[in-house]
Amino acid sequence: MIFLKLIVTNLRRHRIRSFISIAGIAFSVAAMLTVVTILQGAIGMFSGILSSDSEIIVFERNVSDLFFSNVPAAAVEEISSWPMVAHADPVLFGIVSSADHPVITCFGVTAADARIRKATWLAGDRLAFAQHSDDVVLGERAAEFLGAKLDDHVPIGHGVFHVIGILKTSNGFEDGGVFMPLNSAQSFFHKEGASSVITVKLRNKDDAALFKAMVKATFPNLIGLEDAEFTRSYSQFRILKATAWAIGGCGLLMGGLGVANTMIMSVFTRIREIAILRVCGFSNTQIAAMIFGESTVVSLFGAALGLLTGTCLLLVLKQVPVLHGYVDVTIQPVVVLTVILLALLTGIAGALYPAAYAMRIRAVEALRFE
Amino acid sequence: MNLPTAQVSSQHLSSQARVVLRAEDVWKSYDDGAISVLKGVNFEAAEGQTVALCGPSGCGKSTLLHLFGGLDSPDRGRVSVNGIEVNRHRNLLRLLRHEVGFVFQLHNLIPDLTLEENCLIPTVAAGVGRRTAQARLNQLAERTGLSHRLGHRIQKLSGGERQRTALCRALMNQPKILLADEPTGSLDEHTSGAVFELLLDTVATEGVTLVMATHDRGLAKRCDRLLEMRDGRIHEPVSA
Repeated sequence: MIFLKLIVTNLRRHRIRSFISIAGIAFSVAAMLTVVTILQGAIGMFSGILSSDSEIIVFERNVSDLFFSNVPAAAVEEISSWPMVAHADPVLFGIVSSADHPVITCFGVTAADARIRKATWLAGDRLAFAQHSDDVVLGERAAEFLGAKLDDHVPIGHGVFHVIGILKTSNGFEDGGVFMPLNSAQSFFHKEGASSVITVKLRNKDDAALFKAMVKATFPNLIGLEDAEFTRSYSQFRILKATAWAIGGCGLLMGGLGVANTMIMSVFTRIREIAILRVCGFSNTQIAAMIFGESTVVSLFGAALGLLTGTCLLLVLKQVPVLHGYVDVTIQPVVVLTVILLALLTGIAGALYPAAYAMRIRAVEALRFE
Repeated sequence: MNLPTAQVSSQHLSSQARVVLRAEDVWKSYDDGAISVLKGVNFEAAEGQTVALCGPSGCGKSTLLHLFGGLDSPDRGRVSVNGIEVNRHRNLLRLLRHEVGFVFQLHNLIPDLTLEENCLIPTVAAGVGRRTAQARLNQLAERTGLSHRLGHRIQKLSGGERQRTALCRALMNQPKILLADEPTGSLDEHTSGAVFELLLDTVATEGVTLVMATHDRGLAKRCDRLLEMRDGRIHEPVSA
């Protein structure tokens, strides 16, 4: 109890300094939580596009980005005919632009595609999709930022398209995207006869391994991956995740420097006090434990404040109209635990030098000269 | 060894008295030998004895006390406390936790803690149970007249109370030896006398050996032995 009191007393003694240090950790934690959660949400949404009513994604082997993947129409036909396949839907991804929006995701799909079938149609008739080559269906948010209504003609890229429907999905990318008939998209993006991926629904999920083996045997340049496998292995996702953690890590490093500064000042300003503790019989371990205890308290308060701030920030971002549908505020427990652990490690790392310094203080010198 | 100071500093020991403090030909210097503080000191103190070390500033009184407490190490010679050879790296914790208590001229209490919390620090270091520590504190606080001040912060205490608190803290783990470095040096004459009276009374009750550095010869004469230190040596005995 006295030991804890010694830890807390010192933090309370220099309240402003302690608060600044806690705030440093809190901002770092909030930054890491926000960046990681947004990117994981984005990854989740992108995965959701691919796994809509399907379990397996087939795409060109060794491509760095699905936008560069080319899957021939013959593969779609062949795979659709396999007995374990319930349905196989080709999807072509493309990026289009309009006057004020340089990046709009375009989905080239068939009328049978789950995205068309399962979405909530706010305007237009689902059965009218893919009747004409210049028909497009807009996601709700895309219609909003393009200022388009049903039956309007909107300029997208180098073409003008007729809006035959507006649909709503829970996925931000889809909600902010443009759906074209597959043939039109192939022509628009100069990818005649090809799609980016095939999303496959199996009759029995247990056949996944067999299906993947058949893809490998039949189409050596294609690869079939289950959704979870794809999310784990897709290089773009890995880069995004690594970037998010690196940005957060840099933030924590700054926070750690703040803790180190606080703890160094804390030790320097009470050399005499540490000398007294030594005279009272405190061991090196007990002195170090006291310094690490202080940094741990700072880190824990910082982590708690950071988690609270980060969560509030995410909730605010979710309410921003322009980001609607793009921010997923589902904070994963593993992210929370990782952030807390990193904050603690940062605090401990920040206290390493101060603790070593405190352990070296010689009572006789400190009591004589200070 | 042919050092008269050794005989001088131990001549008041009776043949039955158990020696608890011993310094044998102890040398100590600072600044790479530029400042020589102790020059072959020999000293012995028996269990329960009170010994006053007098002498001018810089003569080595505090340094000798620091060596007995393991806070510093001699350049040459041997120092032992209650049979334990003082070595800065070995035995130091055992020495500070169980064998030796320190009282300094400045009370050296932690100002943000209460009297009670300050006194309990040595028991935390030694891993003494809370109940045992509390019982010991109550006993010492009653003896030193501080029972009503236990929950007060150090800033609220008078100079005399602070020094009495320092005495309580030094005795918490029931050390055999109390090393007091000018314990009344920062107090006025009246308070100084009262604190010294309490110091003598407490060490007598506890059966503790007291070695005290002081400039106050009036107080020093009330100890069992009074030793004069000059130029890094214990020169001559003065009967108490």
